[in-house]
Amino acid sequence: MPVVLETIGLTKRFTGLIATNDVSLRIEKGARHALIGPNGAGKTTLINLLTGVLRPSAGRILLDGEDIGDVPTHKRVGLGIVRTFQINQLFGDLTPLETIGLAVSERRGQGLDWWRIVGSRSDLVAESVEILERFRLTDVIAERTAVLPYGKQRLLEIAVAIACRPRVLLLDEPAAGVPEDERHEILAAVGDLPEDVTVLLIEHDMDIVFSFADRISVLVNGSLFVEGTPEDVARDPRVKAVYLGEEMVDA
Amino acid sequence: MVPPPHSAVRAATEWLSARARWHPLEILFWVGAFASIWLLPDKHLILTEIAWLALFALSLDLILGYAGIISLGHAAFFGVGSYVAALLAKHEIINEPVLAMLVAGGAAMALGFATSFLVLRGSDLTRLMVTLGIALLLRELANRYGWLTGGADGLQGVTMQPIFGMYRFDMFGHNGYVYSLVVLFILFLLARRLVNSPFGLSLMSVKGNPLRASAIGISVDARLVAIYSIAAFYAGVAGALLAQTTSFASLEVFSFDRSADLLLVLIIGGAGYLYGGLIGAIIFKVMQDYLSVLTPQYWPFWIGMVLMVIVLVGRDRITQWTTPIRKLAMRLDWRTPTAPGAAGEGR
Repeated sequence: MPVVLETIGLTKRFTGLIATNDVSLRIEKGARHALIGPNGAGKTTLINLLTGVLRPSAGRILLDGEDIGDVPTHKRVGLGIVRTFQINQLFGDLTPLETIGLAVSERRGQGLDWWRIVGSRSDLVAESVEILERFRLTDVIAERTAVLPYGKQRLLEIAVAIACRPRVLLLDEPAAGVPEDERHEILAAVGDLPEDVTVLLIEHDMDIVFSFADRISVLVNGSLFVEGTPEDVARDPRVKAVYLGEEMVDA
Repeated sequence: MVPPPHSAVRAATEWLSARARWHPLEILFWVGAFASIWLLPDKHLILTEIAWLALFALSLDLILGYAGIISLGHAAFFGVGSYVAALLAKHEIINEPVLAMLVAGGAAMALGFATSFLVLRGSDLTRLMVTLGIALLLRELANRYGWLTGGADGLQGVTMQPIFGMYRFDMFGHNGYVYSLVVLFILFLLARRLVNSPFGLSLMSVKGNPLRASAIGISVDARLVAIYSIAAFYAGVAGALLAQTTSFASLEVFSFDRSADLLLVLIIGGAGYLYGGLIGAIIFKVMQDYLSVLTPQYWPFWIGMVLMVIVLVGRDRITQWTTPIRKLAMRLDWRTPTAPGAAGEGR
């Protein structure tokens, strides 16, 4: 499989801290790639680098072999790199319908249209409704996002990203904070993502990682520690040591 | 890929466009405004002031209520519009007032575009200081270049030509009022169109969560530059209306008081639904007029008092006072969808 997204020697230094240290990562087209690691390993920093929220101190980011290091965040979305957030970043005052409609209209390059009334393009509305149906959000389509149950908001996080038609989707702990009984809905949504979308999943929950991923990279202290198939990683004694160590610290 | 329209899509279209539909109270508002041309002929001078102040406040609402940019220097654009309109007439460069007004708005817009890059970065406090600074700077420039602006005496000897070469600015302000009201109405319609468009929705998303807005491909900076420039045009036109209806421009157009009063006007009326600036302008001017007759020297005291009451009681509770009116409005609006969701209630 061809490599879609690649980083070469990616490094991010903050004062007195190396958050990402010489990370070279290759993500294949259509992969279900998981990125795991203990707290503070630099997983979210890596996503911020990939999406352009942060500028790397060194190293390169390639999409289909093209360097996108200088492309600003919003243009990377246009190139197909789309993310979700670990902590909901939604538009509290807009409805899910407006949120998805906005993402769809921006993707179609109609965001500067100031003359047409929102909702006057029936194909755009149809696509938005279709996405909302796919994420089982039809019952809250016209509610204010801020008052939605947390699980619904998590679903909307992923739905907004899908509305941007990603080629590479970066999922930052999609199930974080979701109560146990609503968890399966998120997992089903993640499992049902279109096959042609390449997914990089950041997750703490090992059950999710091992049921979803076909490739796993382990990040420790900003560096790539181990990479391989789920079987390889599960068997690797060093990974066990890292996680056991963390559990002992947590205890 | 896209399924054929079905009932869910129809309902969604209905919800999305609900906000853009004309509410009966809106129609009533504008019928009342235009009826004042015939019903209140002896009040046309103060009504003219209300009209340009309303337009000015509408301009602030576009950036504050819809894009979240706070400004304490909006008078900068008002002032530029004022001086440009007055200078164009005085030196007989553009004699036709409507064209001159558009040019004045354009000049303010150019300034808005140029200074927008200064307000992109930083917090609300930074923006307050930067906008305030720009207005103060312009005031001093106008003071310094007295040969052009008339300095502290103001720009005198301005003679306005008739609108479209037909309607003279009469001394009772009748034509001036009709002119101002029509300009306000047209620019209001455009603003109303804008805020209900995909562009307007994207502004609200930028205001609500810039991080996510850029994560769905919106260039946050470009959108803010666009709306700031458009708002500057509106403010410039408001300033031009003042200059044209009074045949005068003075340093006072740039004053800090004017920017601060404007914020007050918008707070009284409420930001983020377009009518706030209009209603605020009516309340502010009527209150000012009434109080200044009552206590010619101390009326700012009462304005200050009202401001404190509004802020302390809180906008939320003030909107609760109007709940009965809004309920009545809901009942009046036969087109409001009764389907679940907040789309029909507006916000």
